[in-house]
Amino acid sequence: MNTTIMLFLVQDGITNGAIYALLGLALVLVFAVTRVILIPQGEFVTYGALTYASLASGQMPGTAKLALAMGVLVFALDLFMARKALHGRLIARSLAANVVLPGIVLALTLSYAGQKAPVALSMALSLVIVAMIGVYLYRIVFQPLAHTSVLVLLIASVGVHLALQGLGLLFFGAEGQRGPAVLTTAFTAGSLRFTGQSITVYGITIAFIVGLWLFFGWTRYGKALRATAVNRLGARLAGIRTSLSGQIAFLLASVIGALSGILIVPITTLYYDSGFLIGLKGFVAAIIGGLVSYPLTAVAALVVGIVEAFSSFYASNYKEVIVFTLLIPVLLLRSLAAPAVEEEKD
Amino acid sequence: MNDRLPILIFALVMAAIPFVPGMPPFWIVLLDNIGLAALVAMGLVLLTGVGGLTSFGQAAFVGFGAYTTAVLSTAYGLSPWLTLPLSLVVSGLFAVLLGLVTVRLSGHYLPLGTLAWGLGLFYLFSKLNFLGRNDGISAIPPLSIGTFKMLDPGSIYYAIWAAVVLSALVTVNLLDSRTGRAIRALRRGHVAAEAFGVHTPRAKLLVFIHAAVLAGLSGWLYAHLQRAVNPTPFGAQAGIEYLFIAVVGGAGYVWGGVLGAAIVVILKEVLQSYLPLIVHGSGQVETIVFGIMLVLLLQLAPGGLWPWLMSFLPQRTGGKRPDTSLKLPARERTPGQSNVLLQVDKARKQFGGVIAVNNVSFDVQAREIVALIGPNGAGKSTTFNLITGVLSATAGSISVLGKKVDNAPPQEIVKLGISRTFQHVKLVPDMTVLENVAIGAHLRGHSGPISSMLRLDRADEARLLAEAARQIERVGLGDQMHQLAGSLSLGQQRIVEIARALCVDPMLLLLDEPAAGLRHMEKQQLAKLLRELRDGGMSVLLVEHDMGFVMNLADRIVVLDFGTKIAEGTPATIKTNPEVIKAYLGVAA
Repeated sequence: MNTTIMLFLVQDGITNGAIYALLGLALVLVFAVTRVILIPQGEFVTYGALTYASLASGQMPGTAKLALAMGVLVFALDLFMARKALHGRLIARSLAANVVLPGIVLALTLSYAGQKAPVALSMALSLVIVAMIGVYLYRIVFQPLAHTSVLVLLIASVGVHLALQGLGLLFFGAEGQRGPAVLTTAFTAGSLRFTGQSITVYGITIAFIVGLWLFFGWTRYGKALRATAVNRLGARLAGIRTSLSGQIAFLLASVIGALSGILIVPITTLYYDSGFLIGLKGFVAAIIGGLVSYPLTAVAALVVGIVEAFSSFYASNYKEVIVFTLLIPVLLLRSLAAPAVEEEKD
Repeated sequence: MNDRLPILIFALVMAAIPFVPGMPPFWIVLLDNIGLAALVAMGLVLLTGVGGLTSFGQAAFVGFGAYTTAVLSTAYGLSPWLTLPLSLVVSGLFAVLLGLVTVRLSGHYLPLGTLAWGLGLFYLFSKLNFLGRNDGISAIPPLSIGTFKMLDPGSIYYAIWAAVVLSALVTVNLLDSRTGRAIRALRRGHVAAEAFGVHTPRAKLLVFIHAAVLAGLSGWLYAHLQRAVNPTPFGAQAGIEYLFIAVVGGAGYVWGGVLGAAIVVILKEVLQSYLPLIVHGSGQVETIVFGIMLVLLLQLAPGGLWPWLMSFLPQRTGGKRPDTSLKLPARERTPGQSNVLLQVDKARKQFGGVIAVNNVSFDVQAREIVALIGPNGAGKSTTFNLITGVLSATAGSISVLGKKVDNAPPQEIVKLGISRTFQHVKLVPDMTVLENVAIGAHLRGHSGPISSMLRLDRADEARLLAEAARQIERVGLGDQMHQLAGSLSLGQQRIVEIARALCVDPMLLLLDEPAAGLRHMEKQQLAKLLRELRDGGMSVLLVEHDMGFVMNLADRIVVLDFGTKIAEGTPATIKTNPEVIKAYLGVAA
């Protein structure tokens, strides 16, 4: 192996690793706030990517309709929950957030169907659509289960993954898609070529890591979210709206997921079911980070990306085996180091 | 659980089904698939519902079973009957390997870990040359007896359902035994079980292996039913589906696994054949419905369908009262070198910067009731945890009968004859009082899992239950013996904990706030019981807030405040000790 190949592999690994880092961060975020292990994170990636690619190529993405359908369901749920104390403002607010907003977005996407929407608009629309799906998802599925155990939430999360992946096939078909690059510039440094796309990936990843760190460490909302994670009841008694915390976490996670998708779809062809594997690699990183540490997760994600790049070069057949087996020694170390902590399960 | 009649009836019904005239052959195929799924689900019930260990990786163990027989019976021409034990052994060995890594993981790490190696193994199956890569292995010989070959789904049907019925029987037997009680206690945390000598990592590994072997059995049958294997049915999706089956049926119930398998297999079949007629789209619509139904089920009926069905049957009240004339041999005594049962010498425990227990020294002599009192946060429960090995001391030493036991695990402490109750009651609420108390006698029984499965443990089991029943009657809860522990009042649950501790046949009983939640009369009865125990030769160390109770009962009192011992003496001297009054009332009175 020569240096050029090695550098190339490292570069490739870092680009993928940065995406895994973003996803790992989202997973840590959602878990920390809601205790949900977000298996459907991968679907946020594919939904974002394929919605973007569809819009850019002039197709009508089914996700916009899904957002409206879910919004209507949320509206109905809101009305049902508040049936004893209905008042105008509540109805109006719920209607605006859950029906009017996705309605407008759907109208916009419909108006662009058949013509190729500009890159920036496609990006914005896809982000909004997936963000809405993420928030509604929390409201419909996880908010009613918020009091249950991590295990129940995990199984529900798997159910959501199955449903969303199936819907993905309906919306986007079995064919893979690629989207237009966000930035088309490129430059070379030595033997390496840096595309604008990969620079964007690095930039956004770093921005998110710093942003999340600032948000959770230094803002009132961030602290409220962390308090919710530690003790829901305590947080509620302190006046924190725990359901709002959950929605914020899902909002961030779905935006991060969709953004990751939009960033990679110009580099690799994505299929309706690609998200699961990509998400799981983010997971590997998140688990290495112990589901709590953002910097550790980011570093682990880079390692995962680089290991993957090298193993796809040397033993491409065993690429996935190697990436997932990477977890075993980590788990082993964790279990050796883990103190025997009593877990009260009620 | 003792009643084996329903299983017999079930077996007869299943045996009769193929003889029903006009039975469509397709239904038999469905029943075959249900049986295969039920085997895996049954293992998951034990693992997830009973043991509290969620695994997404069971499909991989099905794969081990299927591939083992596929390779050995095609490439090496071994008879399928010879590969049966080998398939089970391979699944079991991989379970040991993966289990050693996985079962020590806590909480959500465990399911995630299983998901990770489940995926890794799936890719391994599809990449290894000798497993036929993505194409798998075909032309696997059918099962045969003499010249009779089980070629069609109707003939292997009996092999599959015999396996299901036998596995159910073995699993039910296992749960209803000494080992089974240890397994059922796992889900409620490990501290209580370990305090009575249960080696929890070993118990977890045991259920892990049991579940894997059942999955391997399913895989072996699958390979000879399909007569071809490929990696697809052993992937993550399948692993998720098995978990779904267990949750649908009722993850805590062996028969829930069978019920869940029936529902899910039939449902899938119906969805696959009818949905395309309603929804025109490119496939996979059943996955969507599947996912949505899983979520709905969790929101509406998180316990699964089996317990819901069972609630319609008349409640069986009361079980047989164990024959209390059976004697359980006494706990093995270690010859003592000292009359001092327990010597705590400058014990110290720091949590970071907080000193919970600060160089505390005291002792407990034979035939003595010592009370440990002090305001909230004085370090009383931490001291208990240091003595019983739940926590390890930062410094100082603890000796039992003159021998140092520093940092010995709880399982070793209980062997020395020190048993305890907990400040926050740690019973298994869905087990009867009798079963809960019998956990206390865990170390005095000797039957292992295999003898339990084969029902060879009955003599040992009868003696254990007899001892449990004796202790329950001793503490005055004879009428509640067969009620679920969770249905008792908190005060009664504390008394159940005392009965459980007595089952150890202890020399020293550690009681953490035993009188909390008791009524006046009950407190008097408890005091009477403790005096009787002392007069019978046992010592008691208790933490208690009820001063009236303590002052009338204790021979000696040790007072802690902010982790430091501030006084020790008879009740009379403690009552007038200015330090103690200051600690309780805040100012020098």
